Amino acid sequence: MAQLTSQTALGRLRPGRAGVLLLAAIYFFVPMGASIWFSIDDYHGGITFNAYTKLLGAPGFLDALYLSLELAAATVVVLLLILVPALLAARLGSPRLRPVIEVMCSLPLVVPVVALTTGIVGVLRWGPEYFANSPFFQTFVAIQNPDLPAVLLIAYVLMALPFAYRALDGGLRGVDVVTLVEAARNCGASYPRAVFSVVLPNLRSALLSASVLTVALVLGEFTTASILGFQPFSVWINSYGKTDGQMSVAVSMISLLVVWVVLLLMSVVGNRGRKAARS
Amino acid sequence: MTTAPTPVPTSAAADISGGGGTPGTATPASPAAPTASRRRRAGGNRAWLGALPLMVFFAVGFGLPAIAIAIGAFTTSPDAPSGGGTFTMSNLTASLQGGYLTALLGSVKLSALTALIGTVIGLPLAQAVATSRWRFVREAVQSGSGVLANFGGVPLAFMFVATLGNAGEVTTGLGLKKYGWSLYTFDGLAVVYLYFLIPLMILTITPALEGLRVQWREAAANNGATTFQYWRHVALPVLLPSLLGGYVLLFGASFAAYATAEAMVGSSIPLISMQIGDALSGNVLVGQGNLALALGLDMIVVACLVMAIYLPLQRRSAKWLS
Repeated sequence: MAQLTSQTALGRLRPGRAGVLLLAAIYFFVPMGASIWFSIDDYHGGITFNAYTKLLGAPGFLDALYLSLELAAATVVVLLLILVPALLAARLGSPRLRPVIEVMCSLPLVVPVVALTTGIVGVLRWGPEYFANSPFFQTFVAIQNPDLPAVLLIAYVLMALPFAYRALDGGLRGVDVVTLVEAARNCGASYPRAVFSVVLPNLRSALLSASVLTVALVLGEFTTASILGFQPFSVWINSYGKTDGQMSVAVSMISLLVVWVVLLLMSVVGNRGRKAARS
Repeated sequence: MTTAPTPVPTSAAADISGGGGTPGTATPASPAAPTASRRRRAGGNRAWLGALPLMVFFAVGFGLPAIAIAIGAFTTSPDAPSGGGTFTMSNLTASLQGGYLTALLGSVKLSALTALIGTVIGLPLAQAVATSRWRFVREAVQSGSGVLANFGGVPLAFMFVATLGNAGEVTTGLGLKKYGWSLYTFDGLAVVYLYFLIPLMILTITPALEGLRVQWREAAANNGATTFQYWRHVALPVLLPSLLGGYVLLFGASFAAYATAEAMVGSSIPLISMQIGDALSGNVLVGQGNLALALGLDMIVVACLVMAIYLPLQRRSAKWLS
């Protein structure tokens, strides 16, 4: 079967595919190349790395980066901890849960981030307005702690929910969870063991892509953080980069690189896990 | 994806992606559990417990802001002359007039257009990649898409300013200004938005493409179907729910985009998200602090309308899959 497929693949040259990929490569790589050139062009025919060297010593750079990475890690953990049990419950337990979960995971997508942020601003206003003299007020202060703002964490988990749901649901669609768990149970595994050593390994790529989407989303998120007045990487880039056109482009390239490195590391880890599971 | 009559060996399922196969998707390929086993589920009561954390989180993270918008949009702001908290429709009427209405329509137009282009370009691209024989290409595109799909915001704007802006490298290099090119227009913004919308489409549609069984294609070929007929009668109907889902995802991403447009064109192109940002940062008349919440409500209503069109369509096309 596989042989037949690969033979037909070899049989045709498929110029269409090559053309599609080439056009896509141009569209996606030219802006990157042009931006890199823009950031090192010294306009006298030479190149200079000033924009990059200045950046490393820029005040606040490491703090902002650290906050972003911290938020990304926390978001992935919280997101998977609440989403995976819910999805498995819907598959293994009552199927009636599925539409409920689907609605919950689709609604954040319906509500644009800017609109969600207006709602969050509205909620945060309740603090001083209604709870100023109650111990509850401390909660409002605590979730806005700039070291690890829980309010941003909540917003990010909510924003990532639709994407993670799509990835995980797609993965679950290709896995017959019910049969897998029943088989594991018949072999004497407990429920948690069936989930952890049979179901989750089958969902590895789905879990990974959900995490990847989430990390990328958190590292790039700007709207909520800037309106609420926090300073993760993206907000810092905006405020610092505006003073210098060349440096703003350099910073953009670095932010792209940072996201890329994080994702590469994650996929290396994922591959290693995959190979270990195979051998 | 549950119409395979017999359980297929794992290796065959992995070959959908054309040879090497991604181990992650190599699964016992019989999602169509017999109905008998479907009824034999674990106790329904305990199952709710698994979904409880999600529900609690949702009530706090989504419910509270939603209530804040619902109340705020229909009440006067605390800084209003008549005092805050009384019922009013003036926030909503103000949010649907003049510049705000233009901005709302501009956002809808931009989102519908870019989502359509993103879907039409993303599908063949994803197919070309998913059926590629080189595993390297598939994995590189997949991880690249993960990066670019969320590479929005300010860095994206800076990057395109450096490339296609007035002093951008490509603009000056090719002399695009002679042809009337300007990045700071509706079309320019669409070109920029596609930079993250197309990868988003690839990410969304690839699992569905990998779910297209080799057997279906072979069955179609055995029955004398051409490639076009296979796509028209087998693949596209199967993909339709995922395609529609992807379109809505793209529309949502485009409609909600804020930072890119803000950093690139400011408010020279009227978009609702930027009007809200303005209003939230206090750029409104005294006493209209709640106008931002009304604008947020407008945005949500539009997005809900799209959903209302999409959901029945999707249910219809998903019917035969189950």
